[in-house]
Amino acid sequence: MSEITVHRAISWHRIQAMVLRYWYLLMSSWPRLLELIYWPALQIITWGFLQNYIAQNDNFFARAGGTLIGAVILWDILFRGQLGFSISFLEEMWARNLGNLMMSPLKPIEFLISLMIMSLIRLAIGVIPMTLLALFFFDFNFFAIGLPLIAFFCNLIFTSWAIGIFVSGLVLRNGLGAESIVWTLMFGLMPLACVYYPVSVLPGWLQWIAWTLPPTYVFEGMRALLINQTFRSDLMVWSLAINVMLLIASFAIFLALLRSAKRVGSLLGGGE
Amino acid sequence: MNVPEMVDSETVPAPSPAAGPQGPAAIEVAHLIKLYKTTRAVDDISFRIARGSVTGLLGGNGAGKTTTIAMIMGLVLPTSGRVQVLGHAMPEQSAEVLGRMNFESPYVDMPMRLTVRQNLTIFGRLYAVKNLAERIERLASDLDLKDFLDRANGKLSAGQKTRVALAKALINQPELLLLDEPTASLDPDTADWVRQHLQNYRKTHDATILLASHNMLEVERLCDRVIIMKRGRIEDDDSPDQIMARYNRTTLEDVFLDVARGRVAEGTSS
Repeated sequence: MSEITVHRAISWHRIQAMVLRYWYLLMSSWPRLLELIYWPALQIITWGFLQNYIAQNDNFFARAGGTLIGAVILWDILFRGQLGFSISFLEEMWARNLGNLMMSPLKPIEFLISLMIMSLIRLAIGVIPMTLLALFFFDFNFFAIGLPLIAFFCNLIFTSWAIGIFVSGLVLRNGLGAESIVWTLMFGLMPLACVYYPVSVLPGWLQWIAWTLPPTYVFEGMRALLINQTFRSDLMVWSLAINVMLLIASFAIFLALLRSAKRVGSLLGGGE
Repeated sequence: MNVPEMVDSETVPAPSPAAGPQGPAAIEVAHLIKLYKTTRAVDDISFRIARGSVTGLLGGNGAGKTTTIAMIMGLVLPTSGRVQVLGHAMPEQSAEVLGRMNFESPYVDMPMRLTVRQNLTIFGRLYAVKNLAERIERLASDLDLKDFLDRANGKLSAGQKTRVALAKALINQPELLLLDEPTASLDPDTADWVRQHLQNYRKTHDATILLASHNMLEVERLCDRVIIMKRGRIEDDDSPDQIMARYNRTTLEDVFLDVARGRVAEGTSS
């Protein structure tokens, strides 16, 4: 293998180094670790009791047991997947460490892969206790969804990474002044992704927009499964296809924003 | 102020071999320009730095030193001009050279919540350092880090942090070391100790060092060559002795003041 080929290859060694860095960081602060569990737990308890209350008074919700809790957990996968990705990225900005990384042999793709791995780790820490709470408090076994859960999870995590990559590029280019986008952008998708209600309740023109979002297919698929016991593989394929396009686009935008950051010199500071 | 058109790096002539000391070049910079909107941070500079040399970039605030170093590292893209590092074009071929160079700058920090050992482990892995544990022990011994190797970086004093940053910069035994104010915020004793270490490193590894500094004594002691910058341009470029002789001064500090206040050197006025 030529020297150039070796240099251009993705190095798992460097990706491991970055994951180790974030792991050290996570383990160095128990409040941050606790926070990963705290919010999802609070979410599931609140929505779980709401679901119980509605089910007592409404036949439809009694029949569609678990759609609210399922939606809460899937939404959390989407939201916390992106947050897990973006917070690890923000740690570099807060630590003013980006210059060290960009000056090292670490490639942008390796950096992004390490952030993806960290988003999975952070997500597992938050969501697994959440699913256990759903099981013990509300008798909802999230994992009983079975194989479709893999399709739901993959599609949601791909969307969360695409948005995480895009948002990280914006922060890279514009500094920590753009940090608030990290926390808010995903919520902008919530009404259109139809997390808690079917797409059919939206006005016609909004439905068209909703179907451009990969999570919409997942939440529709979840309702089809829990209410009608039907797995809609067509919805998952559509979601995956849009996700692939989103990931490619977000990576290209990230590289363009990185180049722009180098042009304006924002990698030297990293502040506001 | 006129804004020059973007120049394709392919069309920029290669730096003249006469632009600096002879010998294989570690860094070659040709007609480098950096504009931030309408500010000319670096204004058409060219120089060539021989391998194994120590070169100081001198200049006041806003002279363009940090921007020049950042362009050499590939952290800032030039508006036009060309940079070659260890025989490779930057930033296009950065993957070929980033593992062979390293840097220290006050504009970046080591992660504060990680211990010194954890930080060095991560950077060692990023640079694919072999026998990393041994390397860290060696650096800890050389740079006197042993007492706080397992302490969080954020809990160190300024002097300790600088030594840790230097350890990170030396973790991969770089052929080229870029240093931006390496002894800023250090007491004279620690600063002298750091300089001594850099001199030893250069001798034992035949490394090339480019440092930007405000500390004239440091530059006099460490550098074979001094490039004086002012408002993005190179004002002078020679050995410290030659420059002091040309300005008829006994210290670089006096030369610096002459340049900063616009007093022209003998034989350099047009």
